[in-house]
Amino acid sequence: MTSHCKLSFAHPPARPGQTPDFSSVEIPKAGLLPVLPLDVTAADCVEHANSLIRVMDENGEAVGPWAEFLNRFDVDTLRAGLRDMMMSRTIDMRMMNAQRQGKMSFYIQGVGEEAIACGFQRCLKPGDMNFPTYRQQGLLIAGGYPLEMLLGQFYSNAFDPLQGRQLPTLHSARDYGYFTVSGNLGTQYVHAVGWAMANALTQKDNISIGWIGDGSTASNDFHTALLSASSYSPPVILNVVNNQWAISTYTGVAKGKGRTYAARALGYGIPAIRVDGNDYLAVLAVSEWATQRVRAGHGPVLIEWYTYRVGAHSSSDDPSAYRPRDEGKAWPFGDPIDRLKKHLIHIGEWSEQRHVQAEAEVLSTVVEVQKRVEAAGTMIDPKPIPGATIFKGVYADMPEHIRRQRQELGV
Amino acid sequence: MAQLTMIEALRDAMDVMLARDPQIVIFGEDVGYFGGVFRCTSGLQKKYGEERVFDTPINESAIVGLGIGMAAQGMKPCVEIQFADYVYPAYDQITQEAARIRHRSNEQFSCPIVIRMPTGGGIFGGQTHSQSPEALFTHVAGLKVVQPCTPHDAKGLLISAMEDPDPVIFLEPKRLYNGPFNGDHKAPAQSWKNHALGEVPEGHYSIPIGKARVHREGSAVTILTYGTMVFVAEAAVNTLGVDAEIIDLRSLLPLDLEAIEESVRKTGRCVVLHEATKTSGLAGEIIAIVQEACFYHLEAPVQRVTGWDAPYPHALEWDYFPGQERVCRALQAVMEA
Repeated sequence: MTSHCKLSFAHPPARPGQTPDFSSVEIPKAGLLPVLPLDVTAADCVEHANSLIRVMDENGEAVGPWAEFLNRFDVDTLRAGLRDMMMSRTIDMRMMNAQRQGKMSFYIQGVGEEAIACGFQRCLKPGDMNFPTYRQQGLLIAGGYPLEMLLGQFYSNAFDPLQGRQLPTLHSARDYGYFTVSGNLGTQYVHAVGWAMANALTQKDNISIGWIGDGSTASNDFHTALLSASSYSPPVILNVVNNQWAISTYTGVAKGKGRTYAARALGYGIPAIRVDGNDYLAVLAVSEWATQRVRAGHGPVLIEWYTYRVGAHSSSDDPSAYRPRDEGKAWPFGDPIDRLKKHLIHIGEWSEQRHVQAEAEVLSTVVEVQKRVEAAGTMIDPKPIPGATIFKGVYADMPEHIRRQRQELGV
Repeated sequence: MAQLTMIEALRDAMDVMLARDPQIVIFGEDVGYFGGVFRCTSGLQKKYGEERVFDTPINESAIVGLGIGMAAQGMKPCVEIQFADYVYPAYDQITQEAARIRHRSNEQFSCPIVIRMPTGGGIFGGQTHSQSPEALFTHVAGLKVVQPCTPHDAKGLLISAMEDPDPVIFLEPKRLYNGPFNGDHKAPAQSWKNHALGEVPEGHYSIPIGKARVHREGSAVTILTYGTMVFVAEAAVNTLGVDAEIIDLRSLLPLDLEAIEESVRKTGRCVVLHEATKTSGLAGEIIAIVQEACFYHLEAPVQRVTGWDAPYPHALEWDYFPGQERVCRALQAVMEA
């Protein structure tokens, strides 16, 4: 007797040395999907959870009914959004180089995903709380977080608000709506739901936002968060950033036989929509819709942001070992910065010349801050943080056994 | 002063704190309408409403993770894990999140959560209703771990835990829920209703975390223990007629270093008792502390009596549970050395 059973294994469309192949990716036209009512139920958004909301067409024009949510934003906001994304990418480029030079131990970049965090942040208000992963630094940049503190955290020096306790990019910025990032995946998705429950229980007019990557949807806490959000209906937006890769693992491994990550929420009775994550206008429009829905008390919503991780997973990763070298360039949804730039030029509010000028301004801003922050210490030229910081804040009050250990270290 | 069981004392603590602090919320499996499988939250939902006391899905990571999210904002969740044996799905949330949020955020966020869980054996609970996992938590910097052994301490310690700014693992020896237990399973069950340690003050009072309690003063040997083993130790001491000092640690992290060191320096002999398995159990840590601080005062090697290094059995419960006989043997060994 032989068995009829055979395992299936998901594979990416192309491996190193092969031509990038996105022929199986569906590319719906911009502007096709209708706007959903704010109180939409899971049963009424099946199409939105399986297709893709796109606002910007190939000419850079905002089309379709979702564009109505852009009315709240003036053109200065769009130009600021472009600058946010350019700032995010410039910082990534500079910090990856600084890591290569040995000035910091580690770095995680978000190249190609800038529109999602930068755009989403524009729809939040003071008191809203993000529960980000390590790849939503754009939330801080768009939220006006001081660059000295952002960079100081990478260098673990006197500018670091976390006193060198955390790996670079694991920020914490309560006053900027940015919950302390942890290295272990998935956990913060549940915290977002708990925080939102606290908002509801204490009658605060604020929302919380959970963030997770496609790979981490496989973690227990993805299920935990969705089930909890479904059970108690707190004001939470659950974002899934589907960038196709979890380090070296193709997204198909995490997705299994499911069609989309958004569709998973429907099984929990949570409405869900899927959005072109490289379309800054779609990000703004859908984020605005989602925050309105959740703030109005209609309960949670899940958004799958469809994008591509252009850079290496981290400074410790070499993607050429598992995917084609130029796969990011072949991504059919293009580059978020190029696309918003095209839109602004299309509507006569930007030009190639202004763009070049803006790039230079952003670069000089980052370089100036970087010089100042590096003067306060790098891995090559460390200016030590006081040793006592190791023992501070383990508890609100230092217990005797830790006090003795601090004495033993002599600090 | 009322005469309460430990169950009633714990419920009283939650009642007092729900009335006193609007930031307190209580939740867990079967905790709401039903009042808990051990009745510890009985009547609280009816009195305070569903938004203060509610049921959760069977998901320990949700129970703790949601609590962390609430606590980070300033609420004070007091959550229940039905049995300590079922805390493991929440271990990631407890050890990597609750324990570290204050430190890793440089005090931007904190985690004033209480995680209650019935613990310990002696009830024919088998493998997954008898465990004593305290060492898995005392090894984690940032947590506090406590275990009362009387109704009076149960209420006072739980109030302290709910007022504490840091995460507290609150272990409740379920063998002591209704009355003290000295390890003699053939003797008739005792009740807290006619026991001196069942007297519980009304209203608000607290027992400080980090402070041990001298259960019995003595000068010949120090017994360091907690939970059910306090009463097992007491019975063994009475049988032998040895003048032992029995210290109920109450707080397992942080330990009351001064109380431990002072007593062992006085007696020169020490036995450590716990129900949990031996290897890498809390007794190992306590003995190391004693050895470091009291070496020149010791007149005998420190003994430990613990559960065996095996999963908690069902049928052979009384061969496994570290009862009076084993405690007596250890006491004799340390006295005769």
